[in-house]
Amino acid sequence: MSTMTTTPRTIRSDGAMGDARDLEVVPLRHWGRWVAALLVGVFAAAFAVSLMNNPNLEWATVGDYLTKEFVLKGVAVTLMLTAVAMVIGTLGGVGIAIMRLSGNPVLRWSAWLFVWFFRGTPLLVQIIFWGFLAALYQRIQLGIPFTGWHLVDADTNTLVTPMVAAILALGLNEMAYAAEIVRGGIIAVDTGQDDAARALGLTGAQAMRTITLPQAMRVIVPPMGNETVTMLKSTALVSVIGGHDLLTAVQSVYAQNFKVIPLLVVAAIWYLAMTSVLSLGQYFLERRFGRGYASSSRPGVVSRWLGSRGVEGDAR
Amino acid sequence: MSAQQIEALETMVRARGVRKSYGSTEVLKGIDIDVMSGDVMCIIGPSGSGKSTFLRCINHLETIDGGWLEVNGHLVGYRRKGDKLHEMRPSEVAAQRRDIGMVFQRFNLFPHMTVLQNVCHAPVLVRKESRSSARAHARELLDRVGLADKAERYPSQLSGGQQQRVAIARALAMRPPLMLFDEPTSALDPELVGEVLDVMKGLARDGMTMVVVTHEMGFAREVASSVVFMDDGVVVEAGSPDQVIGAPQHARTRAFLSKVL
Repeated sequence: MSTMTTTPRTIRSDGAMGDARDLEVVPLRHWGRWVAALLVGVFAAAFAVSLMNNPNLEWATVGDYLTKEFVLKGVAVTLMLTAVAMVIGTLGGVGIAIMRLSGNPVLRWSAWLFVWFFRGTPLLVQIIFWGFLAALYQRIQLGIPFTGWHLVDADTNTLVTPMVAAILALGLNEMAYAAEIVRGGIIAVDTGQDDAARALGLTGAQAMRTITLPQAMRVIVPPMGNETVTMLKSTALVSVIGGHDLLTAVQSVYAQNFKVIPLLVVAAIWYLAMTSVLSLGQYFLERRFGRGYASSSRPGVVSRWLGSRGVEGDAR
Repeated sequence: MSAQQIEALETMVRARGVRKSYGSTEVLKGIDIDVMSGDVMCIIGPSGSGKSTFLRCINHLETIDGGWLEVNGHLVGYRRKGDKLHEMRPSEVAAQRRDIGMVFQRFNLFPHMTVLQNVCHAPVLVRKESRSSARAHARELLDRVGLADKAERYPSQLSGGQQQRVAIARALAMRPPLMLFDEPTSALDPELVGEVLDVMKGLARDGMTMVVVTHEMGFAREVASSVVFMDDGVVVEAGSPDQVIGAPQHARTRAFLSKVL
C-alpha cells in the first residue's frame, strides 16, 4: 500500500488505481485528541496531587464523617425530599399541562397563572416564604368559604413544619417546570395519533392516557431526569429553614467544630454519588420509553476515540 | 316495518347540506351524499376540494357548521330535539365512532405498541373484549391482510404498505359496518400501492361498506359502485364509475380527469 501514501485523497477512475483491488482502508488518526488527552491528564494529576497533600482538607476527618449517623440521616432526608417533591411535581405537572391544553378557558388560564407565578419567583424565596407562612396566616382553616364551617383548623406552625414547608416549596416549584416539560412532550406527539385513537372510539382521556402520554414520555423523560438531578441539589436550599436535609446536617455540625471544608467535602461526595445513581436510572428509563423507535446506535466510548467517525478536523 | 324504514336502514351514510368553514373560508358548501349498505363509494377531486374534510365529518373528527349527517340511521355528533340539533357530549361521540372504521393517509399506527397491540388496543379498552379473544381476532385479521408473521414487530420495522395493512386490520378489529379510507395509498412508494389496494378489494368483495377518498382512478373504476367528483366544496358530479370517470358530463370533471388519467 505504499503507493497510496504518495497520492492521498486522489482516487481517480482514469487509471491511477491501476488494477488494484482489496485496498486496506486506514481511518483518519486523530492525533490532536491524544495531545489534548495528555495535557488534560497532566493538569488533572497535578490538581489531584495538590488536593491530596492539602492538610486543610483533612482526608482522615472526611473518612470519619462520611458514614456518621447524622450524615446518613441527612442523606435519607435529602432522598426523601427529592422523591416526594418529584412525585408531587410530576403528577401535578401532568395535571397542569393537561389544563393548559384544555378547551376550558378557566382551566387554561389558571394553569398559566400557576406556572407564571412559580416559575417567575426564585425557589429560595419560595422556600423562605413557606418556612415563614405563620407570619402570613397564624391559623390554617379548611372549610366552606363564608360559612364559618371548618373541616381543618390548626395552628400554622404545628401543621407546616420545616419539612412540610420544604416539600410544599420544592413540589409546587417543580410542578411549574414539569408542566412545561410535559406540555412540550404532548405537543410533540403527532396529531394523527389522536385522530387515530379517537377514530377507534377512545374517549379523550383514554387517548391521552394510552396513546399520547406514553409517546410524550420519550420526549419528557430526558429533561425530567435532569430535573430530578437538579431537584436533588436544590434540596440543599431548604437548609435556610432548617429542613434536616444533608446540608443542614453537616452545617449544624461544622457550626460547632469548625471543620467546614472536610464536612462540605463529605456532603459533596454524597451529592455526587446520588446524582450519579440518578443518571444511571435515567439511562434505563430512556431505553424503556424508546421502545418502537429506531435505536440510535451510538459507537461506544472506545470506538469513538479510535474510530474515524469524528467530525472534520481534529479536536485540538 | 314500513318500506321507508327499510330503505333508511339500508342507507349507511346520508348527508344533507353538510357545510363546514375554517374561519371565513367555506370548505364544504352543502354536500348531499347517500352511501347504501354494501356500497363502495370513491370520492375523487383535486386537493383542497374538501373531500378529506367531508370524510372526517362522517365520523365527527370535524364538526359540521350546517346540514346534517346520519350513519346507520343515527345523526352523527348531534341529537335532535324538535327543531334543534344539540351537540353530543364527547363520550357519546366516542361511542358512535366505534362503529365507523377509519384508515388514514399517514397510517397513524401507534409507534410504542407492537402490531398485535395496535390491533387489540381498542377492542380491549373500548369494547371490553377479553384479551385472549381480542388477540385471536387480531391474528385472524392480520392473517387476512397477509401479515400474520409480523404480529410482534413494531410499526417502525415495517414498510409503508405493511403499516397501512396493519392500520386496516386495526380498524376492522372493532367490527365496524362502515369503513372510511382517507387517501390510503397517497403516502406509499408506487410499488407498495398494489398490496394495500388488494386488501381493500378483498374487503369490497366481502360486502364491506366503504367510502374511499382516493387518487387511484384504476381502483375507482374497478371496485367502486359509485364515484363522486368534488371540487371547491361541492359535489360536481356523481354516478357509476363508467358515468363519472368514463363519460364525465362537466367540464371541471373532464379537466381534472385529463390531468390524473
